[in-house]
Amino acid sequence: MRRVVVTGLGAVTPVGIGVKSYWDAIIDGRSGVGPLTIVDSEGLSSKVAGECNDFDAAAMLGAKVAKRLDRSVQMGLVAAHEAWGDSGIEGTTDRDMTGVVFATGVGGIGSLLAGEKTRLEKGPGRVSPFTVPMLMVNATAGHVAMTYGLRGPNFCTATACAASNHAFGLAFQMIRSGEADAMVAGGTEGALTPVSIAAFSTMMALSTKYNDRPEQASRPWDTGRDGFVIGEGAGAMILEEREAALRRGARIYGELAGFGQSADAFHITLPAEDGGGAALAMNRAMKSAGVQPEDVGYINAHGTSTPQGDIFETRAIRKAFGGHADRLAVSSTKSMIGHLVGAAGAVEGIATVLAVREGILPPTINLHDQDPECDLDFIPNVARKADVEVALSNGFGFGGHNAAVAFRKHHED
Amino acid sequence: MQAKEDVVEAMKEVLASELNVDQEKVTVDARFKEDLDADSLELVEVVMALEEKFGIEIQDDEVAGLKTVGEAVDLVLAKQAAG
Repeated sequence: MRRVVVTGLGAVTPVGIGVKSYWDAIIDGRSGVGPLTIVDSEGLSSKVAGECNDFDAAAMLGAKVAKRLDRSVQMGLVAAHEAWGDSGIEGTTDRDMTGVVFATGVGGIGSLLAGEKTRLEKGPGRVSPFTVPMLMVNATAGHVAMTYGLRGPNFCTATACAASNHAFGLAFQMIRSGEADAMVAGGTEGALTPVSIAAFSTMMALSTKYNDRPEQASRPWDTGRDGFVIGEGAGAMILEEREAALRRGARIYGELAGFGQSADAFHITLPAEDGGGAALAMNRAMKSAGVQPEDVGYINAHGTSTPQGDIFETRAIRKAFGGHADRLAVSSTKSMIGHLVGAAGAVEGIATVLAVREGILPPTINLHDQDPECDLDFIPNVARKADVEVALSNGFGFGGHNAAVAFRKHHED
Repeated sequence: MQAKEDVVEAMKEVLASELNVDQEKVTVDARFKEDLDADSLELVEVVMALEEKFGIEIQDDEVAGLKTVGEAVDLVLAKQAAG
């Protein structure tokens, strides 16, 4: 069977732009959550966010290009460019057999809202002709393909907070099946708009108690948690068929070894209480990778810091791993960057593959009083050195989507 | 009604801001596509800015025929004369 390896990484995150600053920050336990500034927080109950305040689209993409792109596409492109350059794949791959799967939760809703504002204020004839190409969820996938001339499979996944894991999974399946030889896969989210934050607030999904201490607001599995912290950013990986990557002497970060997906079939926004759907996804990811629960040493959890979701994921991990759950290390990097929604799995997958490669597991920060109902080893507050052979990255989305990706340490033989 | 030079100057400002091009590149002979790197959607956006700035209305079929900055200047002047 064809195997899939990770040869390039790119990240735009609230703790730093670029994979190195992202990784350095999360193994250092630094928070990128701050006060909500990108939109007027007046009247909003949650005034904290994981914003990419160092992101300068005009400097990174050129002013002319940046102006025609939604913020989500700008960040997705910057992450994809970093990953492409990092991989050294340029000029080595058949462009007809190289494709893109790029995820987003909601795409360019900021651009849609700007168009609506213009329509109301100036009339329908003044709505920018770029509104449609800026708002559509598949814009990043299209722009990445245009940039590098990639005529292979091209797709967008939009399964809410599971979307990036579906992007990795679909790209993995395409390479494994022979439909593609290499893929750019990732996800992006840049949807910090007043209405989206208001809407998540009224469904009581967001943290509201830590507006005066933003860096403490995202606290998965801690008894003081009160909802997730919304964030923005993007992540991208270059995935390649293993033999081709070895032949060209690529630097290999790790193997994307398996993918599992399922649905809760329970509720449109609440996760299933028994964690059954999420456990199915983890079990299927392990089966797809050909590994046993005992082979897995680390899980980068979905861990959003919601009162219920954190308990249900704990149950799901126990259901999927049985007795081995007590020997697993589990952490939530959302404690440091917030919840990047459709981009969450992309940046968390990067953290997972680097954890396996470097032998360092990023911590869960703000974990001081662990909820007794969340009774796993969550790597509290400080990163840990550990030799891990296989790690999972979990992503669960509104709609009941569950998607888990398995990464394995790469061995040359 | 403005003098042609005034319209040309105003065009330079609009094009520089809409297309991110240097004002020096905006001459009456400059071609939108070849010289200013403007695609058809960008041309629509430029025309919208011109409509707003000069208080005129330009029809879609008139946009399709525009090739150079000079032609756009003439169109604006003609619209102003007619208005």
